[in-house]
Amino acid sequence: MLFAIIVAVAALTIIGLSAYFIVRDRRLEGRDPSVVEPSGDTATGDDEAVESASTAPSFRDRLGKARSTLGGYLGSVFGRGAINEQTWQDLQDALIRADVGVSTSAEIISAVREAAADEKLEDASELAGLVKAEIVSRLEGFDRTLNVDASVEMPADSQVPGPAVWLFVGVNGVGKTTTIGKLSRRQSDEGRSVVLAAGDTFRAAAVEQLTIWSQRTGAEIVRGSEGADPSSVVFDAIEHAAARSVPLVMADTAGRLQTKANLMEELRKVRRVAEKGAGTVTETFLVIDATTGQNGLSQARQFTEAVDVTGVILTKLDGSAKGGIVVAIHSELGVPVKLAGLGEGIGDLVDFDPVEFVDALFE
Amino acid sequence: MFETLSDRFDRIFKGIRGRGKLTQADIDETLGEIRLALLEADVNLDVVDSMVARIRDRAQGQELSGALNPSQQVVKIVLEELTASLGGEAMRLTYASKPPTVVLMAGLQGSGKTTNAAKLAHWFKKQGRHPLLVGADLQRPAAVEQLRTLGAQIDVPVFSETSRPTRVARRAIKEATRTARDVVIVDTAGRLAIDTELMAEIGDISSVVQPHYTFLVVDAMTGQDAVTMARSFDETLALDGVILTKLDGDARGGAALSVKEVVGKPIAFASTGEKIEDFDTFHPDRLASRILGMGDVETLIEKAEEAFEAEQAEQAAARLLEGTFTLEDFLEQMQQIKKMGPLGNLVGMMPGIPKEARDAEIDDRHLARIEGIIRSMTPAERVQPDIIDGSRRLRIANGSGVQPTEVRQLIDQFSQMRQMMKQFAGFGSKKVNPKARNRGKKGKQRRGGRVTEKGPAKVPKVPLSLPGLDDRVGGF
Repeated sequence: MLFAIIVAVAALTIIGLSAYFIVRDRRLEGRDPSVVEPSGDTATGDDEAVESASTAPSFRDRLGKARSTLGGYLGSVFGRGAINEQTWQDLQDALIRADVGVSTSAEIISAVREAAADEKLEDASELAGLVKAEIVSRLEGFDRTLNVDASVEMPADSQVPGPAVWLFVGVNGVGKTTTIGKLSRRQSDEGRSVVLAAGDTFRAAAVEQLTIWSQRTGAEIVRGSEGADPSSVVFDAIEHAAARSVPLVMADTAGRLQTKANLMEELRKVRRVAEKGAGTVTETFLVIDATTGQNGLSQARQFTEAVDVTGVILTKLDGSAKGGIVVAIHSELGVPVKLAGLGEGIGDLVDFDPVEFVDALFE
Repeated sequence: MFETLSDRFDRIFKGIRGRGKLTQADIDETLGEIRLALLEADVNLDVVDSMVARIRDRAQGQELSGALNPSQQVVKIVLEELTASLGGEAMRLTYASKPPTVVLMAGLQGSGKTTNAAKLAHWFKKQGRHPLLVGADLQRPAAVEQLRTLGAQIDVPVFSETSRPTRVARRAIKEATRTARDVVIVDTAGRLAIDTELMAEIGDISSVVQPHYTFLVVDAMTGQDAVTMARSFDETLALDGVILTKLDGDARGGAALSVKEVVGKPIAFASTGEKIEDFDTFHPDRLASRILGMGDVETLIEKAEEAFEAEQAEQAAARLLEGTFTLEDFLEQMQQIKKMGPLGNLVGMMPGIPKEARDAEIDDRHLARIEGIIRSMTPAERVQPDIIDGSRRLRIANGSGVQPTEVRQLIDQFSQMRQMMKQFAGFGSKKVNPKARNRGKKGKQRRGGRVTEKGPAKVPKVPLSLPGLDDRVGGF
């Protein structure tokens, strides 16, 4: 490490000095790179009409609200008559447009192709059911219950089960804090009291944001100062919950890009420390934004590797993005989506339903 | 950023390199790989297809013209097309003749509007402007507090009140005029492009403040939907540009390509880290060359130019040449480099750096450790580390809170490094003929060379070099 730094500093010194003189030379030569205002041609697109919001936050209603451009696209593929090579290419392209990803799309299409051959299908309109079934089968068969039972892993010598701890992790801006707010309401509606741990001590006003949510939902909140060690805040929250026999702690963490090794290490520590005292981490939720593209897979991989993710929460599904990346996450990592965020309202966090999710993908 | 895409192109072109001529099958295979790479990078499907078609046309045309080295031609074509797709040239901001210049920030939830409003304010401040931040995000809990905290950090006033966003915006403009702020940056609530009500609201804010610039804040991790989203915002607000955020991860950022290509709006700024200063004007050419694994030298140069002080740079260069570079100089250089930003980011921009080194997380805290050790030495020791014996070493170790072996390591490695740097410099000075530097000097030893022309008085010759640096710079 030390050597790496010395070499890096040396190299940068050389670069820095070279660069300095190059720039000065360029100045002397009057060769400043010219800057031209870019000219861009604007392509306009047709967007689908949007229906007004329905009141009941049913998964299907809310998902259907934004018909993806994908829906129309698929419709044209299925309505085309005889199946040919182009049909398969177009189908795969459609899945790519839904952020399912190239390799997962290819897998799905080849599975459907086989099935279609077995059933001797000839008309493209018959494919819709097969494609849906194939994707659903990839999403099904996972346990989507939220685990609050800390006693399962209760140490033999302890008499009272400590609080269950739910850890919320993810990259910046996916909606971790908002999700905790909504989920704590759901838990208190189910009659379970909750302590919130304001573990995002990095982002400006993140603690205030969670505090406002705690006031809305009536949950207790344990907070540290800005810049405090998140592990200690989470630990304190767990102790606080244990002392008052509160069964559940939801721990917020600062958003972090999965490539930042030191921040991922910090997260590992949060998880370790969370089990140092009375608590048991029963769920580690990775929050993913439905607009996320292929990077979602990298997120799922890295966070799972670091803190053993038990479930994905797919947020912002009420937009035009359909979150197809979760199909790839299911397929590759076997981590199920447990909850879906369908709006900004406090009740807009619902259980994930594979069938309705896939239907929405195709509507 | 964009590592994976550039790694991918690396692999593709390694296959082509070493062969004199491209066959039709080569072109097809290459294009197939390029298509796949772009799709996996979240570039919008339509954009990918039109881009691949353009590359194909040009690649085939090149072959017909009997190009000398077809593989280099393909690299060049792909680079050019990527650059063109990313926006051609950098966007340049002009200021309103009658201040304030108003900037409106729009985007989805969580794309980074608030953070980037502050970063933009900081950027304007560095340009010598006097920005006012406006918190018109009255929806998300504590959004205005977040803006206030950030505003306090960069010493920029924040205006907000609890009323309606349009009212906040209107009063903010008056406030700016009253307090003589010449740039107003309006932060708004995140909204989905399909939320007609909220889109109408931001349309209202826009007509109230009449922004000179409307920026859409786009997360680099966005998938295929980026285009739909950007289009909707453009229809409501007539966007002027895009701010691309979260580029410091491993997101391949295809969204940037797509948005520019389909909506026709340039990417004005890019945010490359969590710190306020990790934000700069977007340079498509740099990003394109980065995609192709050529390093981001222009940004490095610019950062170096800001950080390095003329006199110190010249002295250090001279000492490097003489081989009298001391720990004291090293310490000084470290200070300059620290000004350029986190070491890890800088290393990522260096050309010719192996992937492993780019991936290695370099923690700036280790930098502080080294600094601590050197600072615990006497001036004499810094100049002449040889005099450090056991007891001096113990004193230094105690002074900096490290183990004596670490002190020894540092000194050993420093002298190794000094040897290395001397060699670097030595290589350069052999090549006196400046014409020789452009062609044919990139042998396996990776020693490009640069000889600075004799400038005005007192300027030492600086034949320092880094592989790839000259070629890149020379090309601009």
